[in-house]
Amino acid sequence: MSLLIKDKDIVVPGEELAKGIEYSPGYGTYKDKEGIVASRLGLVNIRDKEISLVPLSGRYMPQRDDVIIGQIEDISFSGWRVDTGSAYSAMLSVRDATSEYINKGADLTRFYDLGDYIVTKILNVTSQKLIDLTMKGPGLRKLVGGRIIEVNAHKVPRIIGKAGSMVSLIKEHTNCKITVGQNGLIWIDGSPADELVAVNTIRKIEREAHISGLTDKIKAYLEECCKKNEQA
Amino acid sequence: MNRPDGRKFDELREIEAKAGIIKRADGSASFKIGDTIAYAAVYGPRNLYPKFLQNPEKGVLRCNYNMMPFSGSGERIRPGSSRRSKEISLVTQKALLPAINLNEFPNSVIDIFIEFPQTDAGSRCAGICAVSIALAEAGIPMKELVAAVAVGLVNGEVAIDLSKEEEDLGGAVDIPIAVTTRSGKISLLQMDGMIKAEDIKKGVALGKKACQKIFEIQKKALKEKYNTE
Repeated sequence: MSLLIKDKDIVVPGEELAKGIEYSPGYGTYKDKEGIVASRLGLVNIRDKEISLVPLSGRYMPQRDDVIIGQIEDISFSGWRVDTGSAYSAMLSVRDATSEYINKGADLTRFYDLGDYIVTKILNVTSQKLIDLTMKGPGLRKLVGGRIIEVNAHKVPRIIGKAGSMVSLIKEHTNCKITVGQNGLIWIDGSPADELVAVNTIRKIEREAHISGLTDKIKAYLEECCKKNEQA
Repeated sequence: MNRPDGRKFDELREIEAKAGIIKRADGSASFKIGDTIAYAAVYGPRNLYPKFLQNPEKGVLRCNYNMMPFSGSGERIRPGSSRRSKEISLVTQKALLPAINLNEFPNSVIDIFIEFPQTDAGSRCAGICAVSIALAEAGIPMKELVAAVAVGLVNGEVAIDLSKEEEDLGGAVDIPIAVTTRSGKISLLQMDGMIKAEDIKKGVALGKKACQKIFEIQKKALKEKYNTE
């Protein structure tokens, strides 16, 4: 009838989290005869008698309504196939790509060519992980210029921060345009020196994502980097 | 009679485990037990081709066991797959499957590579222990970890975690066992040599106990990787 771990503890698969029926199992946990058990590596999150795990690692799993950065992989009659950075590629149909009228058999590379990066939203994911994308929505566009870096998808919430606080902090200090995809692809556009600071900062956040009080630390780091850049 | 290296009959060799040692892999681990060293890397879930290998119901687990040419006890090991390495890849896969949940990954594959730069008996068990850590680090949903150890006869006595020296003694028996760490079920059991039924029972009981010790080491390795301070 009791908790065996604390909030924010790191647990491994097969580790017992609570005994009895006082708590209910949430994401990343399961219940067996004796109690609640972790079913993946993660950070414990206890809310209202529900124990769930926040994943620390692993590949991106596509989810409905996620805004991701994808790369055009293939072009077919009716649309584009997009690499999502997960095990599954997605389909962007002409219908969802543009409101412009497109003739049958028109050259689709005019809109998105092979290798182009796009900011896109996931419309739907089926049980067999067939994914539909859309380009209709604010901020969804083709990415031109800048650079793309990859981070672990589970660190994205930390990089964005509460209500976008972390990413706006980086934007302010580096004067870069930054778009973060839920799949862990990040687009950065600015002057080369600024881009470098942004990349280093994001890498630092990725490394230290599980540490609390990160925003202040990153603020200090950014200020130090900017000072160095001015001196140079 | 004592063991050649002076260990107790239920004593494991010295174990060192580390998680997250290969940067480009989704999950990785090293597991060193005595002079046997295993490196495991997990990639995926990722695309699976050729397409006929795909399973629409659940993901596929692919294991690859490989001893490096210089890893053995003298003779150079011919690189590439062999009858033995294929068998061990297969039993490793079967030992891990009961613990992992692949239903979330239809039509995809999780690739596992286990490499041995040095071996001194018990390599399949060391491999399973390493992969188990690596799979957890790769964020694969799994009910529990899997730990493995060899038990057998040394000088006619039931002992765990045989070294190569002990395996080569006359009348030695080698029984690798893999145990799921929470439900305590056996997912690998092989045998080489002649042994009495009651000795097997005794050995399996000792092996299960040792696997719990290994589980604690696996747990520690995973937690150390994310140590806050």
